[in-house]
Amino acid sequence: MMPQPLLDVRDLFISFGDTAAVRGLDFTIRRGETLALVGESGCGKSATALSLLRLLPPAGRVVRGSILFEDRDILRLREKEMRRLRGGAISMVFQEPMTSLNSVLTIGPQITEAIRSHDRISARVARARAIELLDLVRIPEAHRRIDEYPHSLSGGMRQRVMIAMAVACRPRLLIADEPTTALDVTIQAQVLELLDHLRRDLSMGLLLITHDLGLVSDWADRVVVMYGGRKCEEAPVETLFRSPLHPYTRGLMACSPKLASDLFFRNGRLPEVSGSVASAADVAGCPFAPRCASALDSCRNVRPDAKPAGHRDHLLACPVHAPAEHALAFG
Amino acid sequence: MIPRRTPLALFLRNPTGVAGLSILLLVIAGALLAPVLFPDDPLDMVTRPFVWPLQDAAYPLGSDSLGRDVLAGIVHGARVSVLIGFASTVVGVVIGTLVGATAGYFGGRTDDALVRLMEVFQTFPPFLLIIVLVSITEPSVATITLSIGIVSWPTIGRLVRAEFRSLRERDFVLAARGLGYSAARIVFLEILPNATAPIVVTTSVTVATAILNESALSFLGLGDPNLVSWGSMIGAGRDQLRTAWYLAALPGAALVLSVLSLNLVGDGLNDALNPRARGR
Repeated sequence: MMPQPLLDVRDLFISFGDTAAVRGLDFTIRRGETLALVGESGCGKSATALSLLRLLPPAGRVVRGSILFEDRDILRLREKEMRRLRGGAISMVFQEPMTSLNSVLTIGPQITEAIRSHDRISARVARARAIELLDLVRIPEAHRRIDEYPHSLSGGMRQRVMIAMAVACRPRLLIADEPTTALDVTIQAQVLELLDHLRRDLSMGLLLITHDLGLVSDWADRVVVMYGGRKCEEAPVETLFRSPLHPYTRGLMACSPKLASDLFFRNGRLPEVSGSVASAADVAGCPFAPRCASALDSCRNVRPDAKPAGHRDHLLACPVHAPAEHALAFG
Repeated sequence: MIPRRTPLALFLRNPTGVAGLSILLLVIAGALLAPVLFPDDPLDMVTRPFVWPLQDAAYPLGSDSLGRDVLAGIVHGARVSVLIGFASTVVGVVIGTLVGATAGYFGGRTDDALVRLMEVFQTFPPFLLIIVLVSITEPSVATITLSIGIVSWPTIGRLVRAEFRSLRERDFVLAARGLGYSAARIVFLEILPNATAPIVVTTSVTVATAILNESALSFLGLGDPNLVSWGSMIGAGRDQLRTAWYLAALPGAALVLSVLSLNLVGDGLNDALNPRARGR
């Protein structure tokens, strides 16, 4: 029997006004594991992340579904309990390190504030903890940096400060929403290495939200590929990169220059996934059908559910590209 | 990296701001030192009436129709103006910031209700409202301060609300909520420090307006009768405007200088604190 997952999201449905952003998403994160949520802009990744902390903007609403964190439904918690959870058991690192720190305060009070909002400790102890945290996220000369303003830190350093604040209370789940998108490539690797190191040290579950398959292949344990607010494929990272099945996953991998190595030194045009994600807005069937080269007529009308394909942990929401014996099961 | 100048350094490089600050400090010094410089009650008769300025070394600014020392009156009047000006502004800023921050941060129905409240206050002509408030209570420094403060808070409330509405959408607020901070903590420790610059600038102008309002009240004889104020001196000098114009003009000049100095300080602060105005 599999151990109880840390986070269990079932049939999550989020809408902004009349527009559905996430339409029936299921996924689980186990203790200490890194799950990557992959998809292009607008497919509902960030909405999913924010809903886990109940921080959706006022226009956004979870229409149905459940988010079980350690067997408690987050959507049913009272605001006070929710606040204790945020920054405590579940924490989040945001995309924009340049604007996520308060520019009129030095970083010291910002980190101690994060600690003291959950632990009742004295200012002096909190400051010592803050310096330890800055050491932990490998900021050199932490005791000096703690009294500096965010504007005197580089983007990578600011993201480290954000990470320090996020892990200040040893969360059991860390959500990282495109944590390196705003950073240089060299800094990206350092920040992800840091996140991975912290995940192991603090045995946190890590939800890594990204559109960069290169990062996914390096750091994730399992991958959920999202399209148009739905999951189209889910697999352990090796399985997914060895045998991607969904046409969208294949398309994404084909567009990544790192993986298509024969294109790396040529001037040839990169393949693209033609069309735009907006076409998924009001499709009755598979959201990817309007852009899919191998779509059948039935794809446009019948919404495919994610079903096991070959390997037990490999889920696929596409009857066309499923392995042969599996396709029969779809009838 | 370009060295960043602190707002204070920027302010001190601004000649008009420094001029305003100098006059303001002089007025505040006069207010603080009044009991030392002129220990006697400025309402006491000390010499013969209508001594013109610069004629008697003991009373350099002359005396009024009752033989009271004009200079002592002006210095003691600064006390009332400075006290009421600053105290009523504190009242206005505290109420305005609390209401504006609540409305701007929470939005929705809270915002609707509080904006209506501000509008109710703003539909009254401010000076009329002060007169009404002072006349239903006993005129004293406390009630006048409170009345002027009550009239000035909606301006600050609207400003703070606008600041909070834009600041609450910023990433650091979302990050703070993601860390489980309470609403009060976010409002006072995260957003308010980012909104201080416009509040400080408006405050200097609010003090000037409050000083003017207090003078207007005592000019009409609605001020505290036991205290000498610039407004009441101008009011008393009104009858002798043709024979002894200095009785109205001297306290008037003190009033003009104080209000001007506060406006100059406000402009200087605006230039120093507002990044868009920098480098002009």
